[in-house]
Amino acid sequence: MALDDIYKEVILDHYKNPRNKRELPGAELQCHANNPLCGDEITVFAHVDGGAVAEVTFQGAGCSISQSSASMMTEAVTGVKIGDARGLAERFRGMMAGDVEPAEDEFGDLVALKGVVQYPIRIKCAVLAWDVLQEALDGAGSASGAQPHTV
Amino acid sequence: MNERTVSVKTAGAVGGLDVGAIRRDFPILSRTVGEHPLVFLDSAATSQKPNQVIDAEAEFTRHHNANAHRGIHMLGEEATQAYEGARATVARFLGAPEPETIVFTRGVTESMNLVAQGWGRTHLREGDEILITEMEHHSNIVPWQMTAAVTGATLRYIPLTDDGLLDLSQLGSLLTERTKIVSVTGMSNALGTITPLRQLADSAHAVGAIIAVDAAQLAPHSPIDVQALDVDLLGFTGHKMLGPTASGGLYGKSDVLESMEPMLGGGEMIHEVFHDHSTYKSAPFKFEAGTMPIAQQVGLAAAIDYLDGLGMANVRAHEEEITRYALDRLLDAGATVYGPKDASIRGGAVSFWFKDVHPHDLATILNEQGVAIRAGHHCAQLAMRRYGVPATARASFYVYNTKDEVDALVGALDHAQAIFS
Repeated sequence: MALDDIYKEVILDHYKNPRNKRELPGAELQCHANNPLCGDEITVFAHVDGGAVAEVTFQGAGCSISQSSASMMTEAVTGVKIGDARGLAERFRGMMAGDVEPAEDEFGDLVALKGVVQYPIRIKCAVLAWDVLQEALDGAGSASGAQPHTV
Repeated sequence: MNERTVSVKTAGAVGGLDVGAIRRDFPILSRTVGEHPLVFLDSAATSQKPNQVIDAEAEFTRHHNANAHRGIHMLGEEATQAYEGARATVARFLGAPEPETIVFTRGVTESMNLVAQGWGRTHLREGDEILITEMEHHSNIVPWQMTAAVTGATLRYIPLTDDGLLDLSQLGSLLTERTKIVSVTGMSNALGTITPLRQLADSAHAVGAIIAVDAAQLAPHSPIDVQALDVDLLGFTGHKMLGPTASGGLYGKSDVLESMEPMLGGGEMIHEVFHDHSTYKSAPFKFEAGTMPIAQQVGLAAAIDYLDGLGMANVRAHEEEITRYALDRLLDAGATVYGPKDASIRGGAVSFWFKDVHPHDLATILNEQGVAIRAGHHCAQLAMRRYGVPATARASFYVYNTKDEVDALVGALDHAQAIFS
């Protein structure tokens, strides 16, 4: 293990300069969760149009892994069809479980989080935003969206 | 980057303790983490165990194992003697008047649940109040919320000052004739704050309330005399005081224990069983249903013998000195410390933030240097919320820690700064 594997430049960049970190007024989908282990919090806002994630933002506070993962996630799923976003979430989860070898063209910056697999207790940090996204997308068919929950 | 290694002082006993000799009793302290020596600064979560405790537990299991209070055979008799001997050792350690005032439990969480259920559900009703504090561990909050929901009693909180102390200025309005029980930590696991127990006991008794103490952190780190403190109930955990996991107990004044209902029903806690009801044994046995962690309580007695050998006043003095040193060094390094800054009024669990580095990131980075700290809310979310942080990093000290290890902690902070600057 080496710290370079987890604290890669790209992770620190997303942590220090998070993308799409703001509320999204009028978002149809909104979901919040926290990690009871450390108190990290993420809220995901999504605007859905024509079966695709037209815009997605997040708010939250937490460690570099949870916050950078959220930032990268918003970039990865913007403009993506809902089904494909779910698929990416599944494959991201698979990468964090050590089962999926990430394809760089699909994962983009997210590949950087692969090093977290070596730190099992931090995997929850990396998948927190994705849990919230999935919960929000699960509400895409309902009127009110998903309820706040604790993962 | 600044590479540091830890060398253990073998001379120059701190606070009357020969820390070098102590460290040789703890086999785990000679292991490494990667290429670094282990620097274990997480004793508030669980302490390490000396050979004396490991051996006592193994010796019991190897040579004397049987169920206590059941067998007529020789092993049963030996097991019972060892188990009851452990009860007497605990009683002596806490200054309790007799062994029967000690109920064995699996730790302070079980102890506080026993108080909240066994005492609370039979003594509380609507209109009554339970008074706890904002610096409690969840194990002294959640059981009371559960009891309040069942009984209709109201849960109230003593607030905290900005300095991490109990704000007793409002005690007069919080502690009234409606208050039936005050339940407080003896030493905060999140802030280190030491509670003025005798003062609170007197105030509670003055309005006719009883006082229960969560001594999970106090018992390992400070001399305790339950009679001098005049507390009614006091729970403690063995694994934080050099003992095995699943050891611990609850001290109670005899009349208070007798007035409590058991939380668990089952074997060995009964006097007689009929079709429609049962009669119970007297305290403490009515609270010890089923087979208890016998080898673990025997191990706890060995841990207490070990601490007695060091002298609890020396343990406290050692920790006060190392905590003072750690506070100075952390503050110098630019850390924000939550809790009292004066080592003489606090314990050795030091909560902090280092610059902008999230505690989780800090713990991962320190681990790469072999330094084990805790990061999180420490099961004290009310205290975290009071100070506006979701989590803190926490270094905590015990009899085997050295100032060199504090230096290793502070040195490793440089790595975090280098990564996140």
